[in-house]
Amino acid sequence: MSELQKNEELLKITDLKTHFFTHKGVVPAVDGVSIEIPRRQIVGVVGESGCGKSVTAMSVLQLISRPGKIVGGSIRLDGRELVGADINEIRSIRGNKVSVIFQEPMTSLNPVYTVGRQVSEAITAHQAVSQEEARQRVVDMFKAVGIPEAEKRYKSYPHQLSGGLRQRVMIGMAMACQPQLLIADEPTTALDVTIEAQILHLMKQLEHDFGTSIMLITHNLGVVAEVCDYVYVMYAGKIMEQAGIFDLFDHTAHPYTKGLLNSIPKPTAEKRRLYNIKGMVPNLLRLPKGCRFSPRCEYARPECFEHEPELYDAGNQHLVRCFLYKNGGGPA
Amino acid sequence: MQEAIQAAEFAEETTRFMPPREDVEAELLDDTSIWSSLKSMLKNNKLAALSLAVIVIVILMAVFAPIVAPYDPNFQDADNLRFAAPSMAHWLGCDELGRDVFSRLIYGARVSLVIGLVPTLIAMTIGTVMGLMSGYMGKKVDFIIMRFADIVLAFPSLLLAMVVMYTLGASLVNIFIALSIVKWAGTARIVRAQTLSLKEKEFVEAAKAVGVKKWIIMMRHILPNCIPNLIVLFSLNIPDSIMSESSLSFLGIGAVPPSTSWGLMVYRGKQYLFNYPWLTLAPGVAILILVLAFNFLGDGVRDALDPYLKD
Amino acid sequence: MTQALLEKNAENPAVKGDLLEVDHVVKEFKVSGGFRKSSAVVHAVSDVSFSIREGETLAMVGESGCGKSTMGRLILQLLELTSGTIRFEGRDLGELSGEELRHIRKKMQIIFQDPYASLNPRMNVFQIISEPLTTHRVYATQKETEERVRELMRIVGIRPEFINRYPHQFSGGQRQRIGIARALALNPKLVVCDEPVSALDVSIQAQILNLLHDLQKEMQLTYLFISHDLGVVRYISDRVCVMFLGKLCEIGQTEDIFKDPLHPYTQFLLAAVPKPDPHLRREKKALLKGEMPSPVNPPSGCRFHTRCPYATDRCIQEEPQMREVRGRRVACHNVECLTIQ
Repeated sequence: MSELQKNEELLKITDLKTHFFTHKGVVPAVDGVSIEIPRRQIVGVVGESGCGKSVTAMSVLQLISRPGKIVGGSIRLDGRELVGADINEIRSIRGNKVSVIFQEPMTSLNPVYTVGRQVSEAITAHQAVSQEEARQRVVDMFKAVGIPEAEKRYKSYPHQLSGGLRQRVMIGMAMACQPQLLIADEPTTALDVTIEAQILHLMKQLEHDFGTSIMLITHNLGVVAEVCDYVYVMYAGKIMEQAGIFDLFDHTAHPYTKGLLNSIPKPTAEKRRLYNIKGMVPNLLRLPKGCRFSPRCEYARPECFEHEPELYDAGNQHLVRCFLYKNGGGPA
Repeated sequence: MQEAIQAAEFAEETTRFMPPREDVEAELLDDTSIWSSLKSMLKNNKLAALSLAVIVIVILMAVFAPIVAPYDPNFQDADNLRFAAPSMAHWLGCDELGRDVFSRLIYGARVSLVIGLVPTLIAMTIGTVMGLMSGYMGKKVDFIIMRFADIVLAFPSLLLAMVVMYTLGASLVNIFIALSIVKWAGTARIVRAQTLSLKEKEFVEAAKAVGVKKWIIMMRHILPNCIPNLIVLFSLNIPDSIMSESSLSFLGIGAVPPSTSWGLMVYRGKQYLFNYPWLTLAPGVAILILVLAFNFLGDGVRDALDPYLKD
Repeated sequence: MTQALLEKNAENPAVKGDLLEVDHVVKEFKVSGGFRKSSAVVHAVSDVSFSIREGETLAMVGESGCGKSTMGRLILQLLELTSGTIRFEGRDLGELSGEELRHIRKKMQIIFQDPYASLNPRMNVFQIISEPLTTHRVYATQKETEERVRELMRIVGIRPEFINRYPHQFSGGQRQRIGIARALALNPKLVVCDEPVSALDVSIQAQILNLLHDLQKEMQLTYLFISHDLGVVRYISDRVCVMFLGKLCEIGQTEDIFKDPLHPYTQFLLAAVPKPDPHLRREKKALLKGEMPSPVNPPSGCRFHTRCPYATDRCIQEEPQMREVRGRRVACHNVECLTIQ
């Protein structure tokens, strides 16, 4: 690998716009999002439901179907442009260079085939290997993702496995071709906490052992704090704040991120009344003028209702979409 | 009763001094009533709107048959008009007895519509009640009703209808009875399946937790949620009834000549299919159009009524 | 009750005597197994005893399949007990006649997890909230009922103008508020909250938790709060009981359990929660090995022994009984020997 390649980002999303054209109007689910995922990093994308985090991920794999459409921006994987690329080129990338795992492992697995067969298909679809070799690699991969009795489990059907094991199979399938990028869309949301901890641990291990970059999409800031290196916070289709993991939690800048953090009931501290962000997420068909968060923001000033803020630099790779940081300052 | 009043008083006591909570979520996601969603469905779904128009026109034609029909449907002119081809005078030609096919089609719509709608309604009402009881009560009730349904379904339905018709004699009312007996079981199965899934829903548990009585839960919580499926089932059953009636007529135990129905017209015209195709085509196409119209409209209405499909 | 508990109660004047007593409750489901028709038994709840005091919030935590939701439904008599007794205000619910049970249902209500499945999509807000009122004929006229419904809507924070709207027109948080209004309509004493916020977004979750907290104070409610989210539990509860595979592991004051968990399962559960603070991240985290055993065929002895790193031979053979340790009740043979992590 040349020096130049090493420095380049693995995935560079620039000003991505994915809109949905419904009969009620145009829903700007992703509205100018730029995300960079360096090699060998776990990057988190957090936000509440409907903020566009999953749509962003699906856009990377060009899995947006009607009425959705990528209307602008660029997605470069390893220097190759994916937006507008030939469908065959995209297919050769899906499952090979970029894999995805979803929240509900049961619905992602076909109930009538054994899990081993499904995973080996993922390998043979992209690589010219014999059945036997594919099988051996599946068993090895099952061992790598911590599935006990991997040989035996090869012949299991999805319903014979527990939720945690199914998610391990999904991760095994995603990792089968040793992708450069793993997109994990709420991978632990459907799992119990003790199993969640196991899966998160496994993901860190994969990043370490295989050098796979991970784009982790979640609503859970606890999960983010546990595994991510760098975090993007999304709200109503835009990035509100992006920062290194420690910066985000130690020097939280955007009022929305602060609100989110404060409204989590923490098992470490007792508190009788929770902070809550007033109001609800705006309807994307009727976005407020100015900053999207302004109607719910405690710090909102007149200009927030008039103009849309840009991402301002707060130093140390920490960007904030808030007028409070326009001149590098903090909230008054 | 006394306690209820006390409870009400207590309610007023405890809540009178409670401040109205801050209205944190004031916005509605969606602001459409059932009527406006039906209207917008008709606006967006051109096929459903067209289907509705077709059904309305057919019904109006059947109701006002004496005014709409250009000729007396039973007037025969076998000498001049036997197998007359479609012309300006006789739009759809004439049949083997020299009767105007278009007029007969309009009068036949009366019988076909009634036979399409009435037995279907009766059968589905019986089937819905049976299915609800079977699914909700479970155990013995379920066993008895479902074995009954199995017997009915196992029998060839036309044969069963024939047995009933032969026993009771050919008349319109007896057709209703025969078709209802044959058809309730299918509806019962579908309603039962849906009841089984609905009764596990949390809103049914909530009603139970409040102490709502069984039959009220069935009527208030389960039945209304079966309606989208029932509408589709209804639109699928109507053509089936029309076709069954045709078969019965063909066997001489359905509509009694000289009164006619579309099914009867198809079967009588069949023997002249190669030489005088309009005798079969006219009622055949009429059945096809009506059946499709019911299906398209049924689909559209179901989608408009289904709150889960909204987004 | 130990002295420590009594003292704790003295601090909170709202907490009075026992409202609900659950005594050696067992619930088994029969499942017929596919082609062979061999019926297996799911041991959903096995010999569970605890009580809830008036005015307190008892949280019931555990992972999916541990029987916590079944327990909630058993208390509300939505499921029949296999054995054991449940007493509400001192009366055995199993011995009540149908009419008496209907009567007592007014005092016990439930809030569900899924705001989408818990409201009948064919009923409008008025019909949903008024159902408990009309079922028990609380008001003589429609007008009074409507007045009460509007008031309930104000109490939970839904604009009364929306009285004729249908559930699909509301967001998840709003629906959950409607569900709460329905549960409160009859002024219940006990409310079983079955994962009431786990389907909601973080910011909405905080709003609903605050609402539940305020309502408890204003209406002197007693909560049985079923949840898998330990953060939520710590915030809302006075006492916690931890369930594993149909059995109670540990029950005690919330602060005690969170600061000093005694049962190994409680310890792992607390350690596993991802905390929103990257500084607490540990590379070598204490991970609980394995998966939840099957409730059809629970392990012998202590049901946790297959996953417990401290298990001894005794744990495999002998089932631990609940016993008093340091001001709470724990079911573990080795509590005394375990060092706190």
